[in-house]
Amino acid sequence: MPERIRHAPLDLEQFKPAKAEIHLIKDECKGCGYCIEFCPKKVLEESDEINARGVHPPKVVDEDKCIICSFCSAVCPDFAIFVVEKKNKEGK
Amino acid sequence: MVQETVPVVVHPFSKYLRAEMMPHIWCQGCGNGVLLNCFVHALDELQTDLDKLVVVSGIGCIGRTAGYMNADSFHTTHGRALAFATGVKLANPELEIVVISGDGDLFAIGGNHFIHAARRNIGIKVLCANNLNYGMTGGQQGPTTPLESVTTTSPYGNIEHPFNLVHLAAASGSTYVARWTSLHVRRLTQSIKKMLQKEGFCFVEMLSPCPEIYGRYNKMRSGLEMMSWFKKASVVENFSDPSKADITPERIVVGEFVDIEKLSYEKMLHEKISKINEKAIEGVS
Amino acid sequence: MSRIKSALTGAHFMNGDVACAEGAIAVGCRFFAGYPITPATEIAEHLSQRMPEFGGIYVQMEDEIASLAAVIGASYSGLKAMTATSGPGFSLMQENIGLAVMTEAPCVIVDVMRGGPSTGQPTMPGQQDVMQAKWGSHGDYGIIALTPSSVQEMFDLTVEAFNLSEAYRVPTLLMGDEIVGHMWEKVVIPSPDKIRIVNRKKPNVSPEKYLPFKPDDDLVPPMACFGEGYHFHSTGLTHDEHGYPRTSSSEVQSKLVRRLCDKIQKNADKIVKVEEVMLEDAEVVVVAYGIVARAALSAIRKAREKGIKAGLLRLITLWPFPEERVAKAAKRARAIVVPEMNCGQMVREVERVAKETPVVFLSKLGEEPHTPLEILEAIRRSK
Repeated sequence: MPERIRHAPLDLEQFKPAKAEIHLIKDECKGCGYCIEFCPKKVLEESDEINARGVHPPKVVDEDKCIICSFCSAVCPDFAIFVVEKKNKEGK
Repeated sequence: MVQETVPVVVHPFSKYLRAEMMPHIWCQGCGNGVLLNCFVHALDELQTDLDKLVVVSGIGCIGRTAGYMNADSFHTTHGRALAFATGVKLANPELEIVVISGDGDLFAIGGNHFIHAARRNIGIKVLCANNLNYGMTGGQQGPTTPLESVTTTSPYGNIEHPFNLVHLAAASGSTYVARWTSLHVRRLTQSIKKMLQKEGFCFVEMLSPCPEIYGRYNKMRSGLEMMSWFKKASVVENFSDPSKADITPERIVVGEFVDIEKLSYEKMLHEKISKINEKAIEGVS
Repeated sequence: MSRIKSALTGAHFMNGDVACAEGAIAVGCRFFAGYPITPATEIAEHLSQRMPEFGGIYVQMEDEIASLAAVIGASYSGLKAMTATSGPGFSLMQENIGLAVMTEAPCVIVDVMRGGPSTGQPTMPGQQDVMQAKWGSHGDYGIIALTPSSVQEMFDLTVEAFNLSEAYRVPTLLMGDEIVGHMWEKVVIPSPDKIRIVNRKKPNVSPEKYLPFKPDDDLVPPMACFGEGYHFHSTGLTHDEHGYPRTSSSEVQSKLVRRLCDKIQKNADKIVKVEEVMLEDAEVVVVAYGIVARAALSAIRKAREKGIKAGLLRLITLWPFPEERVAKAAKRARAIVVPEMNCGQMVREVERVAKETPVVFLSKLGEEPHTPLEILEAIRRSK
């Protein structure tokens, strides 16, 4: 049984979770809503704009909340969304 | 001032798809797109050699998959994908043959070919998009349509008991059998990866939403409603008895059901041919 | 692949089915998928034993539909492939013959004809499938069908069938019958260096530039195979030169279907083969094929003894129909006699082409083909 950690790790400051870069290929979206519905952090919402297919593609509400689980990318039937780690100025 | 070019957004999986054939013809929310996504994801994780991949599909909405994959592909007549794939695999066992087809193509007209391919244990990997009806032709009942479902050819409710595909695949002799839904994308991708690395006949079923037709006739008018059925009713029961793996409005049993080792047909055949060929040459020279 | 064992050569005494199997091996066929059916079973049995000796593959599929599907698959993987069946199996294969035609897959299908229709008379000869050979599958298409009259021809025409199917990327049919399949005769098999082998054209462009259904001047596209890095697509749907489905364009449909027909029709002069015996001054011409041509040969000789100027035009190619040769013979003749073991099939083609020349049809069904005397009687009556 692992020992319960009752305090935050002492070197927590060294580790910054990667920032997300969400890419939407808006005109490929068919508006199924899977990415919006199944995002665990509710980062996406249906937008008001209409894309080339006549549906409302998603829009990113708060990219900072994204934990790069990539479920949206995995469940999208239309290859219209994917998430990568944001590269910082040095390209890391 | 440095002119920054706006980079064109290209999906990381584009190299696996034929750009000139995209976008695909599948409806909003169709599970076929999810299956294609998971399949391509598995290929990407395994870094599969696309030159050695052959995608064979049958007739149906899912049958169009062969046209979208950037690999050698063949779109056969209805139900004959497995028989065609048998010829390909035996002729060149180095090729990785994946049959991507639907419930009607594989189990109605193709039923006989399925059970024999599984019985022979030929190293073909089968991905079945089970959308519970015949989607391409407008939504007729099929061999996996649940009891009392409404379809265009069962307007008073379907009275035929559906097949339990994992039970059928296991009983016919597959070395790997799994069922997931289009919601279980991670586990589906892992199953596909496992299947691609396994010897013998493997079968992975993905329960697929068909919201435009099956869903609409059966009170699940959108992909989200069908997905919420999957979410509510799915239970993961790995290695449980496949004969009890039901699909009902209350309960969808998913998981891996069979994972065994069995010598494949092409391996046995080519070993035998080598022996006989050697003997024949010695006899002549 | 495995080292090649050298094939059978020299003079042998064997039955037609076995000769056909040996012909396949001699020309390089290394894949057979079949299903047992009288009277073609011996081809499968012989190949199940011989194929592995040459490093080839024999597989018994669950039915004839699967057999032909597997043959097309093996053909697309680069092997020369064949299957063998009889009437009932031939009917089952029609859909996949359409697939082979549409995807331009070289392969050979042997139909050892028997009494039909339906289960019919499995152990008796017939010539009832000859129209089905051309029109059996749905849709418009061109196809090649050869018909042997002897055990030697069962060997020779199997070799020819493979060569034609590779040259024209078309399924080629060998329409034998139960007698030619089961009788035993002497067969002289040439040494391998004397057997002409034609292989399919391979693409001479890089994979990026390759168009799988773009024809050369002979209307035949070069063929890449699975695993060569071409990443091509092939489908039974109407397709363009890329191989991609184009189900809404009348232009694409017209172009493709007409080419599939023209591929055979426009090359007919290179494909068609007949045998002409005493035809130069013939007043009565017997047009016959298969086992019936053997009796016809005897009949015209007897007729000549009686002073009747009779000649024989033996059809070796049934499809594309040898129109020019039949028309030419019909022009010079006063009458044409067509004996067939059916209720009138190839005779319709002869009538169409013979125009003014009267055609007498001699039908016979059952265990025996026409006797020479029966054909002689018809020659005498039509003179």
